[in-house]
Order: sequence, then structure tokens, then C-alpha cells
Amino acid sequence: MTTTFFSQTLTAVKSVFRIFDMAINKNSTGYTFIFSILMVVIVGVALAFTSLTLKPLQKKNAADKQMIDILGAIQVITTRTNAKVDFPIYVVERVSLDSEGNVVDSKTGDISATDATDPFNLNVKKDYRSKKPASELIFPLYICEKGGDKIYVIPVVGSGLWGPIWGYIAIESDMHTIYGAKFDHKTETPGLGAEIREDFFTDKFRGKTLNEVNPFFNVLKGGSNTDTHSVDGITGGTITSKGVEEMVNRTLAIYLRYFEKQTNTSAK
Amino acid sequence: MSTENSTATSATSKRESLFSKKNKRLLKDPLGDSNPITIQVLGICSALAITVQLQQAVIMSLSVLFVMIGGNLIVSMLRNLIPDRIRIIVQLVIIASLVIIVDEVLKAYLPDVSEKLSVFVGLIITNCIIMGRLEAFALANKPGPSVLDAIGNGLGYAWILLAVSVVREIFGSGAISMPGMGQVKFLPEGWFISAGGFYENNNLMILPPMALVVVGVIIWIQRSRNKALIES
Repeated sequence: MTTTFFSQTLTAVKSVFRIFDMAINKNSTGYTFIFSILMVVIVGVALAFTSLTLKPLQKKNAADKQMIDILGAIQVITTRTNAKVDFPIYVVERVSLDSEGNVVDSKTGDISATDATDPFNLNVKKDYRSKKPASELIFPLYICEKGGDKIYVIPVVGSGLWGPIWGYIAIESDMHTIYGAKFDHKTETPGLGAEIREDFFTDKFRGKTLNEVNPFFNVLKGGSNTDTHSVDGITGGTITSKGVEEMVNRTLAIYLRYFEKQTNTSAK
Repeated sequence: MSTENSTATSATSKRESLFSKKNKRLLKDPLGDSNPITIQVLGICSALAITVQLQQAVIMSLSVLFVMIGGNLIVSMLRNLIPDRIRIIVQLVIIASLVIIVDEVLKAYLPDVSEKLSVFVGLIITNCIIMGRLEAFALANKPGPSVLDAIGNGLGYAWILLAVSVVREIFGSGAISMPGMGQVKFLPEGWFISAGGFYENNNLMILPPMALVVVGVIIWIQRSRNKALIES
């Protein structure tokens, strides 16, 4: 029965189209206009619908990815499914700082996706794009505990060759030694600049120390083996490597003020 | 009951005609004698860009296949309605929307794959094969054959991509990668010169020009086997 109904409907639809075909001139300007207007409306609705329905899932994925990257900087490997469970185990406090290194806000416990003041929800990429002076911005800092040690995880954002690059730098409790790093990119060249996300590059940051004065850390063209304040850049990815260096130094300049204040208060 | 049966058989006979000799050629020809990459020389840019690793080539092939089937089907269904003067714009809008939908769906359900694909989504929109098939085939044919044509050309594109990327990855990185498995290095560490061995990966294989050379070798083999393909 259903097949008969289906074929009948099909014939009916076809005959409607045939009448429609004969009735109008498809090469007229009016038809072209109506067709394009209809097309734009339909495509617009379809794309808006797809985007809106998938937005919550995409946001959740982005938050999971952020947790994976933060944990990756302190050398904790986790998966998308476990990120939500693992994150609170290691990240004990989320702090937001002003550009002078003063604590603005501090959060512990669960992350609320709707709470805009939560340092986890601060959009550092958007802040970077806005090109506002640092004094107008708020900087998030994640304080982690691993094996009894305090580790500070700092988000960094900058520009590569083709588009944005970002990542996390983990600093040990001596506020001087790099515990680990994690970088990612949007559109760097595969095989060249894109290699900054690979372990062979980020592993080189481990155990290196920060210089006393700016530049605190260098990404060099070779010759870094004897230097504790620098790593080798990526061959063929010079501009991306320079971008990593720039974003690390620019961001550290702000967070080192916070570290300085911490050492001063503990010394008193 | 009896009417249902009779319509069912007529439906199957119609479906069988979908795989007639002529339609089978739509599937088979693009794999060989009218291959979009080696014979028509379309879609070369993406063949250069994403054949460094097999897993990228697999993901790219699947996405292109999906966009081609979707695009060919939609354009073929609308072929009597699309005004001639803006048909290229209509085709572009359809391809671009499909690619955006693929991208959004991947971002939501397969975020890891989406990260790998991010750079190449734009390349799908500009892939000349898709536009070429819409213009040359879907605009003048019924939905059934159009879908077959899309599958044939998509697979013809895919096998070249896979072949080139296998060669480049084995000789360039000494490894093979599949989506979901990551890169598997199968050469023993001791073989490499850095570890005192005799072997070194060929870095030239990773650079784009080598993709052209590998495609060239495939074209050479193809034309020496079928002399009819050689232009005078």
C-alpha cells in the first residue's frame, strides 16, 4: 500500500513541476531573482538551524579540549570522556589576574559553563584579537597540584604564520622552571609550523628555566643545547616558532608580576 | 496483496536498470580511463597538499565523496529549476553549504577528526572535481545516474590520494597512519642512521613536489598500459 501511495504522490509532484515548467520562462530576470532569493533563504535557514542545534555539543567539546590541553601542560594524558573527571583532581584553583599581577577573582570546585567570571570561561583568544591594552584585560591562571607539588598553568595566545596559535605553559612551584608546555594552532602548514603541537617540540621545554629579564625564553634556530633559557625552533616553521616565542614572552611578562608578589608575601 | 507484489517487482526492475551497462561505466570509468586526477588533471592542488599522511588522505577522500554525492544529488534534482544564467553561483552555494554542514557535524560529533580536517575544509569547496561533475553531469542527468557518477569520481579521486599518500608516508616518515589509530612507525629504531643504522627517511617525499612526481609515475603506468590515452 505504501509503495502505491508513494508512486502516486511522485507522479502528482512530477505533473505539478511539468505545469510549472511550461508556465514560466526560466531565463527571465524575475525568475532568476525569485530563485536566488528563495535559495538564499532556504540555505540560510538550513545553516542557521545546523549551527544552533550543534552549538551546545561544540561548546562542550571545546571545554573538554581546554581541559585536555591544561592537563597536557602538566603531563597528564587524558581523553575526551575522562577530561571532566580528571580536571578537578589536578586543578585545585582557578585564579584571574589583572595586568599588574593582582588577584581579581578566585574559584574552586565545579566549573559553571554560564558563569562568565569563572577564569575557565575567560576567552583569552578573543581578548588577544581585540588588541586592547593589557591593563584592560583579565588573565586566567590555573593552580594545579600533582604529586604534592604546586604547578602554575598559564594560557598563552599569539599569531603564527597563517592564523592564531595558542597553548599552555606550566611553571613549577619555584616560579622559575618550566614543568611542561602544550601548543596548538588553527591553520599552520602541516609538516612545518603545525609541528608545534607535537610532543617532540613541547618536550624540549621541560626542565628549561626562565631568564631573569625579558626575553624570558627564546625559540632559536639551533644551538639551544647548551642554553637553559631556550629551545630549538622548527625547521621550515620559522615564523610559527617566532610566534611561539613572542606569545610566551608577552604573556610571561604579566604573570611574572604575580609570581613576584607571591614570593614577596611569602618572604614577609 | 497482489498489487503490492507487482509494484514491488516493478520497483526492483527499475532499480536494476540503475546498474545497466551504461551506468556501470559511470562508476568504472573515473577509476581508470577518465580518472579526475590522472586524466582530467583536476583537484591536483588538494592531491599535493594532503597526501603527506594516509589518515589525512582518508578523511579528505570521505569528505569529498560525501560532498560530491550530496551536491550531485541536489543539483540533479533541481536541474530543471536552476536558471542557466546563475547556475555556477547556485552550484557554489550548494557545495559551500554542504561543506559547512560537514564541518559543523564533525565539530560536534567527531571533534578529533575535525581538528585534523580544519585546514582542508576550504580546499573541498575549491576542489575542481566537484564543480566539474555538477556542471558536466548532474545538470543534464537524472538523480540516480548522477549519484553513481559522484561515487565513481569520488572513488577515482580517493584511490589516487590513498596511493600517493601511502608511498609518501612510507618513504618520507617510515610509518603508516590511519584515522583513529594514529601513526604507526614500523621500521625498527636501530635501522636509522641517528641510532647507528643504515637507513634514513627521504625528506623530499614529505615536500609537495614529490606528490607531483608520484602522480606522474601513476600517469606513466596508466598510459603505458592503455596506449589510447596518449595524446598525439
